[in-house]
Amino acid sequence: MSPILDAQGLNKAFGAVTAAQAVSAAIERDSVVGLIGTNGAGKTTFINMITGYLKPDSGSIRYEGRDITALPPRDISRLGICRSFQIPQLYSSLTVRENMLTALGIMLHNAGRGGFLSFGRPDVPGHDAPAEEAADRILARFGLSEHRDKNAQVLPGGMRKLLDIALTMAARPRVLLLDEPTSGVSAEEKFGIMELIMQAVKAEGATVIFVEHDMEVVSRFAGRVLAFYDGRIIADAPPEAVLKDAEVRRYVVGTLHA
Amino acid sequence: MRPDRTPATLVAILAALALGGLVLPQWLLFILTIACAQGLVVLGLSLLLRAGLVSFGQALFYCIGAYTAGALSRAFGVSDLLAQMLAGTAAAAAVAFVLGFLLARYRGIFFGLLSLALSMIFYGLIVKSETLGSTDGFNLAKATLLGVRPDEAWVRYAVLLAAACLTLLAALLTHRFLRTPLGRLGPAIKDNEIRVEYMGASVRYAIHVNYVIAAALAGAGGALAATTVGHIDPEMAYWTTSGEFVFIAILAGSGSVIAPFLGALIFGAIHTTAYDLSPNTWQMSMGVALLAAIVFLPDGLWSLFTRLRAAGAGPK
Repeated sequence: MSPILDAQGLNKAFGAVTAAQAVSAAIERDSVVGLIGTNGAGKTTFINMITGYLKPDSGSIRYEGRDITALPPRDISRLGICRSFQIPQLYSSLTVRENMLTALGIMLHNAGRGGFLSFGRPDVPGHDAPAEEAADRILARFGLSEHRDKNAQVLPGGMRKLLDIALTMAARPRVLLLDEPTSGVSAEEKFGIMELIMQAVKAEGATVIFVEHDMEVVSRFAGRVLAFYDGRIIADAPPEAVLKDAEVRRYVVGTLHA
Repeated sequence: MRPDRTPATLVAILAALALGGLVLPQWLLFILTIACAQGLVVLGLSLLLRAGLVSFGQALFYCIGAYTAGALSRAFGVSDLLAQMLAGTAAAAAVAFVLGFLLARYRGIFFGLLSLALSMIFYGLIVKSETLGSTDGFNLAKATLLGVRPDEAWVRYAVLLAAACLTLLAALLTHRFLRTPLGRLGPAIKDNEIRVEYMGASVRYAIHVNYVIAAALAGAGGALAATTVGHIDPEMAYWTTSGEFVFIAILAGSGSVIAPFLGALIFGAIHTTAYDLSPNTWQMSMGVALLAAIVFLPDGLWSLFTRLRAAGAGPK
């Protein structure tokens, strides 16, 4: 089967700093891929290039066989590649539910529904329900129902993370890129949050790529690991193999557990 | 969900104006009509404010609306209020559609100053134009309503009633727009533009649409003001006029399409009283009023209503 996402020979430099150097990876459909590496190794640059925030200096990214290298984030998102953020990107003056409704509203708008002349409550594409019901359903899945009328600004860190990811689920992603989904979350909460996320994602049937520093989380949830160092992928294998790799132990795991 | 009471409230206000207008003095009818005109401009301004954009040049579209009405009256002898307001709306919207391609790229102080610059360019153009009356401007023929010229004693009342009906329509349409997914994007854009783009929406497009609607409303307001006052001059595009609109917007606060009209009415009342009491220092009184509004009601007059409603609902 052809990969859902195929990055080939991506290069990106910021002045003298090389953030990506011949990065290539083909991601299989419905797989769960973990990205590891120290800060500045190029993980987020990889995500930024796939989601269109950064344009690679050279190389190509194909999604379902289609070249998406030059597309802006909104077009890539419309195709079904969505991301969450290391620092949650929320609409802080709106309530949790309004955050969801804004995301679902964009889905409606892009589908040409819910416009000025459409009355009633149209179904959000992919959710088979009006926006209010779809919002409540997603919030329930992420355990956010009881917080729905709170301002996003006042949510505790873990909840903010979950809402950030729940917002991406509104777009019905086929590929979901999670940038450090458990950073800023207490050690006890980490597995619970990851479990919740993976269950929600599995229910939707999406391919997942996630950045993670905790190797226990990586081994537990990822089927394949890409280890980044200095803008390159230095290992690409199942977690047990990658974590045993000498280079990975020296440059990634070693430094993390030092 | 709370039921939407705005349309009913707007209709009730219209009914109150229609009845009250029969007994109110002529000068007050005039102030109410001008409040409709200014309220329309501020309603547009508030759309931009929701998205975090402050236009210091909304007088551009106000003036375009006014001069379009003036041109219709002078060149074609069209003095019908409805035709003038429609033409003013269309002209302002058309100009905003073109300018929007430039303006939608800017945020913050750049958006504010660019909008100011454009209004001052327009001001400079009409000041230099002999055909448009230069700095003196020109007078408009008395308004007709659907081809009928109201009796002299009733003309203020008739213009107010017609203006209030058209204003009601504009407010209802704007209210409707604010409940569409595109209309709801304003606060999200203000909060987190990058997230909006990452969710698959074009921020530039959304701002462009808001900009054109804001201009259309300002154009309608300008045409109405022109007919009501019976005279137009380049001051309508001057930056102090834009400043007044921002003043009213801050005084009014956001949260309802009714707020701008309330703000404009209070503004008119303060302005008239201040001018009446002290013709030489009225600007000072206005300054004090604005200061008081910012200090005591940072979210504007409308926040009084939302607070009352919250208190009425009781603790949950």
